Parts: sequence; structure tokens; C-alpha cells
Amino acid sequence: MIYFDNAATSWPKPPGVAEAMVRFLNNVGANPGRSAHRLAVEAGRIVYNAREAVAELFNAPDPLRVVFGSNATEALNLALRGLLRPGDHVITSSMEHNSVMRPLRALERQGVEVTVVQCSPAGFLNPSDVEAAIRLNTAMIALNHASNVVGTLLPVAEVGRIARRHGLLLLVDAAQTGGAYPIDVQAEFVDLLAFTGHKSLYGPMGTGGLIVGERVNVDRLEPLKRGGTGSRSEYEEQPDFLPDLCESGTLNVVGLAGLEAGIRWVLKRGVDAIRAYEVELAQWLIAGLRDIPGVTIYGGLDANRQTATVSFNVIGMEPSEVGFRLDEEHGIMCRVGLHCAPAAHKTTGTFPAGAVRFGLGVFNTLEEINAALAAVESLAQEAQ
Amino acid sequence: MTDKQYAVILVYSTSYALRAEKVLKQAGISCKLIPVPRHLSSECGVCVRIERADQEAAFQVLRTARVEMERVHDI
Repeated sequence: MIYFDNAATSWPKPPGVAEAMVRFLNNVGANPGRSAHRLAVEAGRIVYNAREAVAELFNAPDPLRVVFGSNATEALNLALRGLLRPGDHVITSSMEHNSVMRPLRALERQGVEVTVVQCSPAGFLNPSDVEAAIRLNTAMIALNHASNVVGTLLPVAEVGRIARRHGLLLLVDAAQTGGAYPIDVQAEFVDLLAFTGHKSLYGPMGTGGLIVGERVNVDRLEPLKRGGTGSRSEYEEQPDFLPDLCESGTLNVVGLAGLEAGIRWVLKRGVDAIRAYEVELAQWLIAGLRDIPGVTIYGGLDANRQTATVSFNVIGMEPSEVGFRLDEEHGIMCRVGLHCAPAAHKTTGTFPAGAVRFGLGVFNTLEEINAALAAVESLAQEAQ
Repeated sequence: MTDKQYAVILVYSTSYALRAEKVLKQAGISCKLIPVPRHLSSECGVCVRIERADQEAAFQVLRTARVEMERVHDI
């Protein structure tokens, strides 16, 4: 069995993640921040430690500006819908996932102006195209850190510098990069970082969040939901401070226990070491696919400029059939079709048919890649 | 030995209480998170109990760590 669907969710999880979750359920189990008995306080500590782990990984100065939610999608919705108002202008790229595009299209109907800056067919963004799109009413730049379709990395730090120079907020979707590629929110001028817990942070599904930088005016941030927070209980109005402003209802503490363990594993192994290994894997995969006649690869074809996610097609065979045959005949699990990002597929020339996506992760090996290359080669020969 | 004299620091949320606990322990100041005494507030949350003798040192640590304090009471 070969698992090549890490761009959808990482699997397996490192040692310690499941154990931390079981420990919470069996030995703690209480609601954080609602009561003050020892188990409730211990549950609160688990959540706080998870905030600290996130802050440490991304070099965020204040753990209390790490807002937890169910996933990166919720975080992106919070940043976009919570900060943009009718009359504001927002700039984004043509490599975005629907978790950015769909909220933006909905906001557009409410009077927010949206500019989508076109990326190259390989998925690269020219920062000066972003600068050229800035208007008087531009409030934010929303940028995918790396494409979930072809893995291409977008120039966050360069765009961050432009955003600072023009007094704009920079929102980065780090769903594909957090934990797999170094991110420093301070050095790269990221004001809002949306992350997911279940990909390269190696936590469970149902965890994610938004880092809210110091330049974001919290008074202007409209939460997605309001409700019980365990604070200011005498008032019927929502607390105005982070993280409570944006964290109504009981958190997924069992998930956050696993998330902290996942991030601690990443920190121990080192993001740079993880990145170096994944570059090696991606390089091997790209080189191998290029050698197979009848295979088209998308993206920049340079492992150093992308994540370990590689998309391709076998000429003469539908992506869905390639995926089915890889699974049925070779035990290789991957994703095929359109990966929730129509704009990115249009940019890379894979719309509407889609592509076959191998999402490699830190637990994959060169041997697995060799086995997959042999399988793809046999399908390509058959298709010709 | 006489009973210790305590003060409680009320903070705006549990997150601040947890940060306070962490930084106070790092600074070697003993503290305990306890329910907010009913006569002080209708809050359902926790507050930080310290020894009165440590009060000034604790304030210093909490201010440096940017823990927003709501009020302080002797108990």
C-alpha cells in the first residue's frame, strides 16, 4: 500500500499524536475555560500549549493571537469575511483554492471588489503584477503559499514587502506549506496566516486556525460566530479580545492535543530537514515522470520551487481511470480530477479534465516512488 | 506556622490565566489557578491565586509577559 495523498491529508501520523489524543480522552476529558477544577484547567493548558506550538513554528510573537477553528477554510473565511467590507478591494492570485475563491465571490456580490492576478501556466506569480493591481481602496492581498494542484510556491515575502509598503494586509493560505516549508510571519510580513492541522502539521482533521498579526485591527474583525467563551459571562455581548472574540463554543480539545503533538514532532525533526527530504522525493518523482513517454507533467518541474505535490496526466487515459487503476492494481492511493481549485486548473491548462496528483509526504520513500513510476509507465504504455 | 496570605489576580479570560500560570512558574513564583470567588465576580472562569508577599514581583512578571490584569483582591 502506497499513500500518495498527503496534499489532501497526511497519513500516517507521527508517533505521539494518537497517544496525546487518547491521553486527553482517558485522563483529562474536561471542558477548557468553562470550569476551574483541575481537569478543566488541564484541558485549558493543552489548548494553550497548542497555541504556543503554533506560535513557535511560525514565529508568531503572541500565542493568544492564534485563533483555533476547524480547518484552514474556516480561518480563511474568518479573515476574508471578518475584515473585508463593501467598497474594499482585495487582490488574489489565479492559483487559489476554492476556500479563498468562494468566500471572495460571495463577498463580491456584497460589494467587495476582487482582482485575480494571473499566474504563469507553471503556476508562478510575478510580484510586480500584484503591485500593479493595487488601487486606492485596496485593503488586502490574499495569497496561496503553495498551489494544492501543482505545488508551485508563491513569493510570500516579496508580496509581503509590497503589502507593507502600501499599508495593506497580507493574508496567506498555508494549508499546503505549514510544517513542510519554513514560514516566519514576522520576517515575511504576513499579517494573517491560515493553517490547517491535518496536513504537514501532522495533527488530526478538524483542527486549524488563523494567526492574527499585530497590524490587524481586532476591533474591525467580525467573528464568524458568537456564543459562549467562558469569559465575560456576565455580559450578553461577545468579548472583544483574542482569542475569545473568534472562539465561541467548545473547542476541539482532543484534536488540539493531537495537533500539539504533531507540531512538536515537526519542530523536533526540523522544518528545514523535512523540506530537504521532500525536495529529494519530489525531484526523484519529477525526473522519473519526465522519463516516461506519454506523460505530461504540470507546474514548474523544479522541486526547489514547489512542494512535494506533483500533478500529471497519462496521454490517452482519463485521470479517473489512472487513479482507479493505480489503486486497484498497484495499491497506490492518490487524488484525481479537479482539486477544488478551478482557477488553478485553468491557469495550468488542466481544466476541465483535471489531473492525477501525487501528494508526497515525509513518510514516503524513494522505493515507493520507484514502484509508482513503474506503475505509471505500464499505464502509459497501455494507453498509447 | 501561620496560614499563608493570598491575593487573587482576575484576568479577562482563561487564556490569560494560563499564560499567567506559565510565566509565573517560569519566574519561580508559586501560583494556582482557582475559580473566581463568587463575591468578587459573576465570572465563571478562573483566576490566579498568589501569595500576597509575591504580589509586586508577580505584577512585574505579568506586565512583562503582557498578561492583561483586570483586578487584584486579597482573599
